[in-house]
Amino acid sequence: MTATIDEPGVAASTDGQPALTVRNLWKVFGPRADKIVGSPDADLSRSELLAKTGCTTAVRDVSFDVAPGEVFVVMGLSGSGKSTLVRCLTRLIEPTVGQVTIDGEDVVAMSETRLRELRRHHVSMVFQHFGLLPHRKVIDNVAYGLEVRGVSKSERRSRAQDMVDLVGLSGNENAYPDQLSGGMQQRVGLARALAVDPSVLLFDEPFSALDPLIRRDMQNEVIRLHHEVGKTMVFITHDLAEALKLGDRILIMRDGALVQMGTPAEVVGAPADEYVRDFVSEVPRSHVLNLSWVMRPPRVDESMTGPEMAPNTIVRDAARRVIDSADPVRVVENGQLLGVVDQDDILRVIVAEETPS
Amino acid sequence: MTIELAELEHHLEEAPGHPEERTNRRRWMALGIVLIVWAVLAKLLQGRNTQDLPNAELTGFQQWLSDLFGNVQEAKFNGSLLLQPFVWISDTLNWVVTTLQQIFVSDPDRALDTAQIGWLGVVALVVLVAYALSGVRIAILSLVTILAVGYLGYWEDSIDTLIITGVSVTICVLLGIPLAILMFRSSRASAAITPVLDAMQTMPSFAYLAPFALLFGIGNAGAVMVTLVYALPPLVRITAHALGTVSPTTVEATASMGSTSRQLLAKVQLPMSRRTIIVGLNQTVMAALSMAVIAAFIAGPGLGLPIVRALNALNIGVAFVAGMCLVILAILLDRAAVRAGQRAEMTARSGSSERQRWIVLGVLAVVTLGCIIASRSKLRWSIFPESDIGQQIATRVNDWTKAFTDAAGSLTEWVNDTATVWVLNPLEDLMANSPWWLVALAILAIAALLGGAGHGERARVISGAALCTAAVLAAGYYAAQVPDVAWIPYWLVVAALLAVGSYLGAAEALLPTAVCLTLIFGVGLWQDSMVTLSMTLVATSAVMFFGVVVGTWMGRSHRVDSAVRPVLDLLQTMPSLVYLIPALALFPPGKFLAVAAAVLYASPVAIKIAADGIRSVAPTTIEAAQAIGSNRWQMISKVQLPMSKGSMVLAANQGMLFVLSMVVIGALVGGGSLGYLVITGFSQDGFFGKGLAAGIAITALGIMLDRITVHTAARYGRAERA
Ligand SMILES: Nc1ncnc2c1ncn2[C@@H]1O[C@H](COP(=O)(O)OP(=O)(O)O)[C@@H](O)[C@H]1O
Ligand SMILES: [Mg+2]
Repeated sequence: MTATIDEPGVAASTDGQPALTVRNLWKVFGPRADKIVGSPDADLSRSELLAKTGCTTAVRDVSFDVAPGEVFVVMGLSGSGKSTLVRCLTRLIEPTVGQVTIDGEDVVAMSETRLRELRRHHVSMVFQHFGLLPHRKVIDNVAYGLEVRGVSKSERRSRAQDMVDLVGLSGNENAYPDQLSGGMQQRVGLARALAVDPSVLLFDEPFSALDPLIRRDMQNEVIRLHHEVGKTMVFITHDLAEALKLGDRILIMRDGALVQMGTPAEVVGAPADEYVRDFVSEVPRSHVLNLSWVMRPPRVDESMTGPEMAPNTIVRDAARRVIDSADPVRVVENGQLLGVVDQDDILRVIVAEETPS
Repeated sequence: MTIELAELEHHLEEAPGHPEERTNRRRWMALGIVLIVWAVLAKLLQGRNTQDLPNAELTGFQQWLSDLFGNVQEAKFNGSLLLQPFVWISDTLNWVVTTLQQIFVSDPDRALDTAQIGWLGVVALVVLVAYALSGVRIAILSLVTILAVGYLGYWEDSIDTLIITGVSVTICVLLGIPLAILMFRSSRASAAITPVLDAMQTMPSFAYLAPFALLFGIGNAGAVMVTLVYALPPLVRITAHALGTVSPTTVEATASMGSTSRQLLAKVQLPMSRRTIIVGLNQTVMAALSMAVIAAFIAGPGLGLPIVRALNALNIGVAFVAGMCLVILAILLDRAAVRAGQRAEMTARSGSSERQRWIVLGVLAVVTLGCIIASRSKLRWSIFPESDIGQQIATRVNDWTKAFTDAAGSLTEWVNDTATVWVLNPLEDLMANSPWWLVALAILAIAALLGGAGHGERARVISGAALCTAAVLAAGYYAAQVPDVAWIPYWLVVAALLAVGSYLGAAEALLPTAVCLTLIFGVGLWQDSMVTLSMTLVATSAVMFFGVVVGTWMGRSHRVDSAVRPVLDLLQTMPSLVYLIPALALFPPGKFLAVAAAVLYASPVAIKIAADGIRSVAPTTIEAAQAIGSNRWQMISKVQLPMSKGSMVLAANQGMLFVLSMVVIGALVGGGSLGYLVITGFSQDGFFGKGLAAGIAITALGIMLDRITVHTAARYGRAERA
């Protein structure tokens, strides 16, 4: 995942059918909410709509695809509708209007029974406040999803034990949730979600309640697990650093609507509007952008003897060699020259960080 | 901080021009005028139009109720289809209780009426159950308790009380948990059941007796029914509440894994609310025990009987011994329930001690079996050994009481006389011995001023209020004119007046007050009700005095709180009947005695609510007030008390309902009025109707007081928020 900042604009492995498709999804809370979408009221701002009808548009006309194995991050300030969006995916909250497809199947049209099957086998979720059962041991919390499926006790225990080991909680399987630290509790939440071997994992701000250091550990844990089990993930966060660290692609929301969707480099390199620009202004750009974002066509008088580098090299990693080299670095892919980068180009990125616009 | 300061300044300055303050002041002035006019007119018109009804007389309606009792019994006997369900239920309950009595108390089919399981077996069983549910300590406590009640001479009565309580609580659980689940799942069911529970909880225990005796007969079945109905509300209410407050994240998380709603209930919601449900169960057990002894008035078996008999005979010693048995049983049940709740969790967590526990249980079970077999074969293991410890204690207590009366009797008598002459009698004159129309109008006016007359358009509210007043006056007039005829069409007109008044806009405190007053006139017990009401008001004032003083003291200091609270908790586990005993030791029988018992009974709950109110004043506000430089008295009078006004009214509400419930029980020791009518309803032939009418009047008084205080509290809540 750290090596995902590839060519801008292209999602990771889009071949074949997407794991998850969302089309024109709306969620309006309030009385007679279904009458709002499609009426002129839908275009009102949140506060105007609330004053006029008593309704809140939590999600407004959002569409996106998630490829199998992709880590898709949804980001936005608190109240921007992220939690509502992710709950609409398995109808923990019923969408007002719109289409959700998981593994090719229409979720909105599903019967109660089919929906339960989906939740039991295909999609699991990790919650900000863990949502563990305080009266059950860790192992039985992890086994819960298998239990409601009707898996026999010995089988689900052994599977749950594997998951406990996988998330690094070996030895704590007989503890009760309140005997564990927050980080460990969230590992239990993670193991519980993984135990049913879902094809899609949903995370709703799973680490926001944790201390910064533990949060970093848990992020690395997610990266590790993604490498090991390769699940499709939809990850909600309000923390841009987390989004950039984990996401193959990022969707930025404001007041329920999609503002920008793209790779971390696209979001940082080309913010769609002031809102996103504000968001990313504090980000060290050299940590996110790669050479394809800073390179330029060679000038005629320039030496073409500098070292070669790949376009997806992160600026920070390239900086030393670019600055050390007397000649501009040539950005080359598949033997083709894409552009050059010299000391000034690199310094411009780094200096811009020191003096924010 | 700025908000707290602003709020504080509001309280400190009492901003004179503030509109809320202005209406408040106008309201208090109006209230003062009403009281003065009432007092003056009452003095002038003393003794006229009082609607007094001699104890030996029945109104037409009461006679009709008395006849109804006979008719219902006859119809049951003749197999009336309508009454079959009641017959069936009471037969079943009678069978259950009788069977349990045969097993544990006495079986006429056995030699010497011995029980199937004699005392030794019962003791072993009790210890076994206590150990299984609540652990070693409670097992020992139960052994001591059960032996103590035996040696005090109340073995059979105690077992009877436990049987009635146990059967009732079992049915409570079987009915209450599903009911709570229904309420939790369906908001419509909840909306339908909640007002019923509200009404049940405002009904004083005495008011339950007559209707249940009517439907289920006196004796075992009636006793179980009143007990279970009285004890049901806390369990239902607390369980529904607990289910509704299970962490939403956990519910969502488990739902997201594809749990069915049944799995959600069984694996998540019920287990997660278990601890709270046990709190509800504890309250239900305590309520059941308290009611099981009051059921003595409808011939329920158990400890209630000797207590009532001793109180009637003014034999404090015997009442004390029997009451002590009841109290230690109550403490045992309370401790056992609390422990059972804690333990269930602990044993689930510590796997190691589990094996040891099973071994002990196994040994205990074998011993118990041995004891049961022994108790069936040997008379000395079957009939509890004779002992005169109880009698000795009773004599001793009687001696002490006499010594006390000799020494301090003049003092308590002085207190009694002073309070009676200067407080109780004047208030009784004001309420019961002055014209009914004056009192009714005054009550309506006070209700409207304190709790409001309705919301919405002014003109509509006023006309609605006028119609309601007219209805009350019409009811009173009719009740005064023709006390021996129940002419239905007339009452229909009165009801129509109320309905139209309510339609127009009468609401809040005024409407329920009008309805309740109408009811009191309707059942023909105006004067007795007003006597009871005056006693209730006196006792409530005393309760509120203690509530505010002790509550403030507790609320301001953790140390005081942790010292006083256990005492209050203990007082609250005592069944209501017991409170009459110490009161009787101190004061001569009469109205003041009933009031004193009521004050004793109602103070703990009022103190607790008041203390919580004081405590809940935001610490930042306190800090801000200190920063401004308030001294202690200013802090109490300008910050803490005004800011917990809502809690104080709530304390008055609960205190009042407790007081009312006890004041009527006080009839047993000379309290007279409505409670006395309830008792004679069961003890004197042909007076059942009057007792039932008194029950209705008690309920009406309870609902009226409850509604007035609830709406007053709501007003203060609004003012506090504004
Ligand atoms: N059950 C609900 N009823 C009404 N409004 C809601 C409900 N849930 C969320 N909202 C509103 O929808 C908006 C989006 O909420 P949410 O999805 O929780 O945002 P986020 O997770 O991004 O903080 C908020 O304005 C919130 O007040
Ligand atoms: Mg959220």
